[in-house]
Amino acid sequence: MGASRDVRVKRKAVVAESTRTITKKVGGDKNGGERVVTKSVGPKWYNADDVKTPVASRKHIHKPRKLRASLKAGAVMILLSGRHRGKRVVMLGSLPSGLILVTGPYAINGVPMRRVDPAYVIATSTTVDVSGVDVSKYDDAYFKRTKKPASSDADMEDSEEKKMTVPEHKVADQKTVDASLIAAIKKDHLLKGYLSSKFTLTNGQRPHELKF
Amino acid sequence: MPYARFVQIGRVCLVNYGPYRGSLVVVVNVLDHNRVLAEGPTSKVPRQVLQLTRLSLTDLMVPIQLGARSSTLAAAYAKAGTDDAWAASSWGKKLASRSKRAQLTDFDRFKVMVARKTKASAINKQVKVLKRSAA
Repeated sequence: MGASRDVRVKRKAVVAESTRTITKKVGGDKNGGERVVTKSVGPKWYNADDVKTPVASRKHIHKPRKLRASLKAGAVMILLSGRHRGKRVVMLGSLPSGLILVTGPYAINGVPMRRVDPAYVIATSTTVDVSGVDVSKYDDAYFKRTKKPASSDADMEDSEEKKMTVPEHKVADQKTVDASLIAAIKKDHLLKGYLSSKFTLTNGQRPHELKF
Repeated sequence: MPYARFVQIGRVCLVNYGPYRGSLVVVVNVLDHNRVLAEGPTSKVPRQVLQLTRLSLTDLMVPIQLGARSSTLAAAYAKAGTDDAWAASSWGKKLASRSKRAQLTDFDRFKVMVARKTKASAINKQVKVLKRSAA
């Protein structure tokens, strides 16, 4: 259609009379109980020209990346970035956002349950039994940050009081996860020390030739 | 003691370059000053001409004649217990431990570190006791 004239065409009354009305129940004592109402048949007119609708953007579609085979729940990872870099942590699972869920456990090396970009970890072949850990409640929303209260001059003065603290339910969650994880870690007498130590390269070690 | 390792028929050599690096071969024929005909019966190196610069001579020998056939060589190699002798030699042990170390995982390396520390502390304790008794 290339017509650009603003022509309005009357919609044909093709709908049968019987299907154009419906009976609706009406409340109230003096209203007769029900009433016949015409159905909404849509607009009487439509535009003769095509109305262009914008094409849906194909950008910004979130595709969760496939994790590499070495990233499995229970595997020990070496964190490569962030404040915990160099620490060895246990992977608990993956999240729909494409991040992986890890924990130190907190009681052993101070790494709480947190989300980590899989590009910034080295997966080792060591595994811990995580079948006793229930991670079903930990999703991306769980780790979403609560907004800081808007700062004002008053905040500047007593900023120490308004410091962000870990909510109590998260502390409790960490404790339950730690408890079941540490029970599994204790089965190997060296594993606890391994997880509490940091990864470093020493002389003569080439990371691309090392086996993890 | 004079120099004892010569390029000769039956000399066991370690290949130190190329696709067969790290495998043991036996000299079957000496072609000239630079090249030998060699074969590795257990290392699955087919009979071929190898440059002497790419070989390291070992102390081991296999009693064979010049140009011995593959089956004859394999029998003599097995009878001489060459592989066992190599594994028992300090050179063979060093290479074996090196390849074993390369296969260690991150956790294994941690275990080695702990074992070394335990050993050192035990030795130091004993040294202290002996020093005290000597003084």
